[in-house]
Formats: sequence, structure tokens, C-alpha cells
Amino acid sequence: MSVRPQARPAGPKPPFWRDRAKRALIFQLLLVAAVAAFLLYIIGNTQANLSARGITTGFGFLNNTAGFGIVQSLIDYSSQSTYGRTFVVGLLNTLLVSALGVLAATIIGFTVGIARLSPNWLIARLANGYIEIFRNIPLLLQIFFWYFAVLRAMPAARDSLSIGEVIFLNVRGLYLPEPLFESGFGLIPLAFGVAVVASIALVIWNRRRHEATGKRLPAGWISLALILGLPMLVLVATGVPVTWDVPELRGFNFRGGITVIPEFLALWLALSIYTASFIAEIVRSGIQAIPHGQTEAAQALSLPRNLVLRLVVVPQAMRVIIPPLTSQYLNLIKNSSLATAIGYPDLVSVFAGTTLNQTGQAIEVIAMTMAVYLTISLLVSMFMNWFNARVALVER
Amino acid sequence: MRNGLSWGAGALVLVGPLLVQAATLDEVRERDQLRCGVNAAQPGFSALDDEDTYRGLDTDVCRAIAAAALGDAGKVQFVPLDSVERFTALQSGEVDVLSRTTTWTSSRDTTLGVNFTGVSYYDGQAFMVASDLGVQSALELDGAAVCTQSGTTSELNLADYFRVNDMAYEPVVFDSPEQSIGGFEAGRCDVLSSDASQLYAQRMQLADPDSAVVLPEIISKEPLGPAVRQGDDQWFNIVKWSLFAMLNAEEMGITRDNVDEMLDAEDPDIARLLGRDGNYGEGMGLPADWAYEIIRQVGNYDEVFARNVGEGSDFNIARGLNALWTEGGIQYAPPVR
Repeated sequence: MSVRPQARPAGPKPPFWRDRAKRALIFQLLLVAAVAAFLLYIIGNTQANLSARGITTGFGFLNNTAGFGIVQSLIDYSSQSTYGRTFVVGLLNTLLVSALGVLAATIIGFTVGIARLSPNWLIARLANGYIEIFRNIPLLLQIFFWYFAVLRAMPAARDSLSIGEVIFLNVRGLYLPEPLFESGFGLIPLAFGVAVVASIALVIWNRRRHEATGKRLPAGWISLALILGLPMLVLVATGVPVTWDVPELRGFNFRGGITVIPEFLALWLALSIYTASFIAEIVRSGIQAIPHGQTEAAQALSLPRNLVLRLVVVPQAMRVIIPPLTSQYLNLIKNSSLATAIGYPDLVSVFAGTTLNQTGQAIEVIAMTMAVYLTISLLVSMFMNWFNARVALVER
Repeated sequence: MRNGLSWGAGALVLVGPLLVQAATLDEVRERDQLRCGVNAAQPGFSALDDEDTYRGLDTDVCRAIAAAALGDAGKVQFVPLDSVERFTALQSGEVDVLSRTTTWTSSRDTTLGVNFTGVSYYDGQAFMVASDLGVQSALELDGAAVCTQSGTTSELNLADYFRVNDMAYEPVVFDSPEQSIGGFEAGRCDVLSSDASQLYAQRMQLADPDSAVVLPEIISKEPLGPAVRQGDDQWFNIVKWSLFAMLNAEEMGITRDNVDEMLDAEDPDIARLLGRDGNYGEGMGLPADWAYEIIRQVGNYDEVFARNVGEGSDFNIARGLNALWTEGGIQYAPPVR
């Protein structure tokens, strides 16, 4: 509030409605109360109407047996599990395809975005063609393309394409051998953890030493060797305590190993490729937003080209890239709900589709589904905002 | 704060819960059109023909209701619905009646706020497989990938059947029949599972119908029939008796062609059904000739069955369970009197 430079002249205190601060507070409280009353009314009205029409309400259905099968589940699930469990299965499937989609879209997007600026004519044109094609075709059509057009070209289970008779690809999906860990395998993640911690310590120590003495070690390469080498060493030392469950053709299809269903592959490819085309443009605009004079100035300081990129261009470009990149991540997560069109068992397909229809409790199911997408999106936004704040230009 | 709360509470008391429940018959008459929820594309039950008109058993049930309620079987607006959205469309009043190959089950009847009015087609779930697999029985399907539709009783029966018979399966679940047949044709699944009637129709849609066979096992009871919202008994009766009128007409031998001659028939049952003796439409708020209009414009159950799914159609499905009780089936309508 405004600070009054002089003390008020003594006198009777004015009534509260003359005080601007109190008045503002009262109006805000009134507004909040009105909104709350409206919501309460809507909820009460809905409940009254639903019960008048004989429609069951409440969340009790989550404990009932679901009675239907789900093709892909990251946790134990059978048709004897509850509707509550179908929610978790669907949620995990959504998170899986979203997380892998974000990862792949970022890698493809950054690669294509940088390729778009390449001085090589062919590479730049190819990247440009990629962006223009995938950015301008509706995502749903791309999903159908990957699912129906590409799937139909795959061979049947009996004529699977195989790599060394351990990896198989056919119309039913991709079959990979599954590692089965024996006792003693616990040392390997431990070694990996030790290597990661040691690498971080090394990088910090190296930076301090560089600032103090000007000398430095190639810390990046040492860390990489440490992170890859130490677990490998332990693996060999403990006598490779892993056996592989190789898929084999039995009856209708392959059994054993890990199955990647074609619905997942199609959705993941379509989401990654589509979103990557937007990310590529964001990366290009971010890099081009850095005035060329900056690069020239850095070169004038005789910094090598990779350091010019790493220390001058990229940190400044990230400031431009991150906010629109966040929206693309959010779009990808929300677009993953198109899964239902090709039968990938994501949250919308399993929970807001089958579970909704079997229980008929549309309001509860849709509310839960919306809450999930809202929560995921808000969490991603929060993380990206934090990251953005970290890379933002610190004005001095 | 206290101010705000009391205002809100006051508003709640003043308005109270708004219960919107007008009589469906009055709404239909005012609109001069019946809104009927049907399948978008299920040949034999509801599908667009060459002239962009919906044809099928389910759509003829809608036409019969329109003939009874409005006197004109043409005054129907067909609302295509997929299996996931059908009950919501009925609950919310978007359609007046749902006639969309919907299985009558206890939970749907008692927890969704809808009432099933009768059975227009007795069906059962079956399996279709590619002929070159050489499968003879559903019990040989251990480990198969099965395409089916989301939100149907088929999805549940399937899980039960495979579990009880101690077999593994991989469910591939699609939104619509077109997509599930697409998945089957692409080889994504070995088996397509749905109601037998639907499988026969989908088999005809394959590029080569002989490439697939429907296995003999019927694994469930699927009584399909129209459903209405709960709480409007008059409308419930109209929909229920529109179907019964067609069944009674078949039993009495009244057809679309001879219904005008039958007006002069001596048989008291026929006279009551056609409104020559007494007014049996009155209790439903309908004119005395309600059943006469159904038969004149739509036909009796046998005619409807034959032209859509029976011998007059591509599917040539036998009457089987759907024959009248007098002919070895279980279709039975209470008498009009």
C-alpha cells in the first residue's frame, strides 16, 4: 500500500468503507465467496439431478472389479483387478509415452533445428523439408499413418524380421530379449551410482581448479569413461550375473521377452516426429536470436568454435528457447490422449473410455482424468519455469 | 466473509436444485421429431445406404416409435453414437431413445439411470478368425491377440472366457467397429470378437469374406434392445409397446401390405391391436391407431427382420432364438387388451 509520508492528523478514525485497503479486501472476499457459493450450488445441483435420474454417484466404483483386460501394463494387472488399478495402469502408460516422446522429440528437434542452420545446402534443405512436412499434417493423420500404413507392411508372426534371432519385428510389435537379473546384480547399479557421484565431484573440482590456476582436465571424457567403465568392470568381475529371456514363437505369437506393442510404437513415433518439427523451429529461432556480433566477439577472444557455442551462443539461446519449448512439451503430453484412436491403452482409452463406459460414472471419471492432465501439465510447467529461471540472463 | 457466505447460502435456498424433467412425449411432439441414438455403421442394424438413409433393424425400431408417437415413421433424426458415448447421450437428453445394439445387463439397467424396454434381437458373443489359421474351436485360441471394441460387454466376456478356460490373450481395444475390423484385416489380431450378428456383418465387409470364419462357440447372452431414461413411465411404455406391436402383428399375420384389409377382420385381437375396438393407445397418450401406423409404415417384426438381417438381406441370418414363441423361438409379446 501507499506509504504516507506524514502522520495523519489526529481525529476520529474514518469508517472502514472509506479506507481503500479495507474496501479492496472486502470486495475480494466477496468475490471469492460468490465463486465458492456458485461451485457449491453447481455440485449440489448435479448431485440432486443425478440421484433424481437414478444414476449412481460417488467414487465407490474404484474398488470394484474391472473385469476387462489391458494389453500393456507397467504394473501387475489382470481382469480381476479393480477400476482404481485401471486408473493407475492408464496413467503410467500415458506417462511412459509422454516421457519417451518428450525425450525423442527433444533430441530430434535439436538435431533438426541445428541442421536447418547448417552451411551445407543439402542438410539445411532436408531439415527444412522435414519441418514443413511434419508440422503441417494433422497429428491424428500421422498417428493413423504410422499405425495402419506402416503396420500393414509388417510381416506376420511366422515371417518376422529378426536381428540375430533374438530381436523380432512383426505386425504384432517388437519383441526384445528381457534381462533376468541373478543375485549379485545389485552391485552394478551401486557401481553406477558411485561413478555418477565421482563424476559430479570431479567436474566441480575441475571448475574450481580452472578458476584458480587456469589449468583443466578433460573432465567430460573422464566422467563418461567412469560412468560406463566402472559398472562394466563390476559386471565382468562378478561374472555377468544376467541371463536373457529370448522371445520364441509358440502358437499364435512370440512368448517371453519384452513386447513393445505396435500401438505404442506408432503413437511414440508420431508424437515425437510431429513435436520435433516445432521444437526444431524453436531451436533455430533461439540460435538466430543471438546477434552475430556475439559470435564474432568470442572469436576475437580466440575462443575455439565449440567453446563459442557452449559458452556464448547456447546459454543465451536457451533463454529464448525454453518458454516455447515448455508449451511444446505440454502439447505433447496432452496430444498423447489421441492414443485412444489406435487403441493404445493410455489414461483416456482405458479409464475415460472403458472404465467410464462399464461403470457409467462419467462425471467422476472425467473429473479425475482432467485433474491428472492438469497436474502433469502444471508440474512440467513448474519444472521448466525453475529451469528457465536458472538459465535466464542475470542482469548485473 | 460472513456477508458473502450468507449471500451464497441465500441464493442456494432461493433457487434450489433445478430439476429439468419434462415428459419426453411432449418434447418429441413439440419438436415434431424423434431423436434416436444409433450405430454409425453397422450393416443390418444401422448403416447409411446408397441414398444416405439409415437402414437396419435398430433404425426400424426408431421408425416404429416415431410412427406411434408422431404418426409419421419418417420423422426421426438419427444420431450416430459410438459405444463409449451412447449412455451419456441418452442420460443427458441428447437422444430420446437409444436403439444401438446395446446389451441389456443388470448394472446398465440399475446404475446408469436408463431402462431397457425389451429385446429387439437376441444375440450372443462369438469369435471370428482368419480361415488359414485352421482353428476349429475357441478353446484353441490360447495366446491369441483379440480385437474388440472399447466399452462393450464383449470386452468383459472376453476376459471372463479366457480366464475361466485358463488361456492367455492380448486384448487390442478400438473405439469403433470400423477400426476393429481394420486391425483384424491388418493382421494386428488373430481374432475379432463381438456379437455374432455384428461379426457376420463385418465378415461381409472384408475384401474377401471367405478369408475368415466365425467359430461356432457362443460365449455369452447378449439381449439387444432399446433403452430410455428412467423417470418417464409414459415414454417407457410407448417404446416398449412399439416393439410389442410389431411382434403381435407378426403373430396375427398382419403385414404392411394387408394391414388395411385387416382393419375389417373379425378377429377381436386384431381389432384391438389396430384400434377398431377400444382405444389402447390412450393410456400412453397416443391415438387409437398407434399400432396401425407402425405396421402400415414400418411393418411387422418378421418384415423388419427379413429385410435388414434375414433372408431379404445380404446376411441371411436365420431367425433362431428370434423366431416367435409359436415357432420355436423366444420372441413373445404380451397381448393387447
